[in-house]
Amino acid sequence: MNLDVEDKIQVWVWVEHHLEKLTRVSLGLIGKARELCQQLGNAEVTSVLVGTDSPKLVTELIDHGSDKVYLASNLSFTTFQTDLCAHLMTRLIQSHRPEIILWGATSLGQETAARVAAQVGTGLTAHCIDLYIEKINEKPQLVTVVAGWGGNLTLKIVCPEKRPQMATVKPGIFSPPEPVKRSGEVIPVEPEDTATSFEIIEVVEELEETFPLEQAEVVVAAGWGLSTSGGFQAAEELAEVLGGIVVGTRPALDAGWIPAERMIGQSGKTVAPQLLVTLGVSGAPQFATGVLNSKVIFAVDKNPQAPIFKIADIGIVGDLQDVLPLLINKLRAIKEKT
Amino acid sequence: MPCDIVVCIKQVPHPDYLSKISLDPIRGTMERERAPAIINLVGRNALEEALRIRERFSGSVTVITMGPPQARKALEEALAMDVDAAIHLCDEAFARADTLATAQALAYAISKLEHSDLILCGDATIDSGTGQVPIQLAEFLKLPCIFDADELVFEDERGLLIKRRWEQGYIKVRTKLPAVIAVTAKINQPRLPNVSGIMAAIRKEIKKWGAADIGADLSRVGLEGSPTRFFQISEFHAERQGEVFQGSPEEVINMAIDRLVKLEVL
Repeated sequence: MNLDVEDKIQVWVWVEHHLEKLTRVSLGLIGKARELCQQLGNAEVTSVLVGTDSPKLVTELIDHGSDKVYLASNLSFTTFQTDLCAHLMTRLIQSHRPEIILWGATSLGQETAARVAAQVGTGLTAHCIDLYIEKINEKPQLVTVVAGWGGNLTLKIVCPEKRPQMATVKPGIFSPPEPVKRSGEVIPVEPEDTATSFEIIEVVEELEETFPLEQAEVVVAAGWGLSTSGGFQAAEELAEVLGGIVVGTRPALDAGWIPAERMIGQSGKTVAPQLLVTLGVSGAPQFATGVLNSKVIFAVDKNPQAPIFKIADIGIVGDLQDVLPLLINKLRAIKEKT
Repeated sequence: MPCDIVVCIKQVPHPDYLSKISLDPIRGTMERERAPAIINLVGRNALEEALRIRERFSGSVTVITMGPPQARKALEEALAMDVDAAIHLCDEAFARADTLATAQALAYAISKLEHSDLILCGDATIDSGTGQVPIQLAEFLKLPCIFDADELVFEDERGLLIKRRWEQGYIKVRTKLPAVIAVTAKINQPRLPNVSGIMAAIRKEIKKWGAADIGADLSRVGLEGSPTRFFQISEFHAERQGEVFQGSPEEVINMAIDRLVKLEVL
């Protein structure tokens, strides 16, 4: 590969696709990458697309804002092969010196990003909720914003010396931009290293789990507070009464109450229902970032100081053991009437 | 053939206290001292998996953590689960590390061990939750890495068949030892320490290793070895005009339901 010195600042996006469609998180990142380019000046968006030879996907990338597309069209080389993808990216980075790379915080995306960060020795901020350019010490830098700890805080993290500056962003944070007919350059790339450290035997799609959480009208979120008061069953019962689905916090996942694909928050999924009911969820920012677009948030928790009450529209302070059975009965009565 | 396993764990604040942790306004790091600390929840699944593999093949389980002096407690807890040996990476030189510098220090320590066939970690912590450390650790050790493992089956003594979770389901992958595997909470149900385990743990030594003990290049660990820096901490803007009711359950439920009806979400 030739050692091109790019004449424009490079902002790259690692692209994922599924069933002949670009993922929403990837398109959202391209939109954000365009904004960063405008803030940087003299910069361009480059997408890296592997495991497809579809001209339609390439055109879509360009129409959504890519100036260049690095295309590895060899179909045997997919995003599932995270080790090969990382080697390819590391090699491209070494020859083209991008300033910034954005990755979707999907299970595969975050793994590939973490591998690349270790291989090139640079920083990687996980699960960002915002990204922008700011001049710090006379140098334009990527500011990565993540939900922080304790109370209502966000943390801004930078990578002052090492390049590229890298960040992962969860699905649902940035919306895809409107596509506009534009032209762009397609540059074919090939993985040089094809020795894999693991063999993929089968990719299984469990369709019953693919109900898009983002489309749920009613969502009941189970938190750690349920562990000491009546247990998780009450959350399921309430969801059944309201015709909603049950999700949970990271502790709820670790307690085995919910499957991983139902975990909400910074390191999980994002929901935006008409009604979100939280039970025993304290509402730390890493959870809150996953529910902020809910229309109405109704929170029940025993701690009146819990941050959840700052983001809730309606709150009940009380022992879940006392409140839940009564709440479920009353809601059932209402639902049966209608 | 015996299997020597290393389990990397992290001490995290108890989930009951997650929202009460404050940040040091200058350093930007967490002030955890006031929150009771435990082994990260999915770290226990990694320990359990290691113990089950040892039961089947014989061998040893060594647990490693990096953290301040109080992180020793997490190792004591692991020893009570019947782990064979414990190593505490504890040195001011390791402090304030980001994921890259953490993975690097763990990699130095594991390379120092006489022998290891399998390295197990949890897939993410309940505090920072990046999930990056196991992957970067594998990169530094130049070992295969399988992330988000829901199930781990030995096909033979050196071959693993793993169900790796992804958004749409799972991927069945095959790899060979030595390898780094980051497990999910789905993989097993961790055991609780029993009395004999706790008694035996008292007699086990916890090795304390500093940067010099693992031959760490000081420019690659701790704050010095961390490419990322905290730049600013600011208020999280998510406030709504909340109505919070407190009182007898009957009363507050009626008031809440009344509001939900008015908001047309019932």
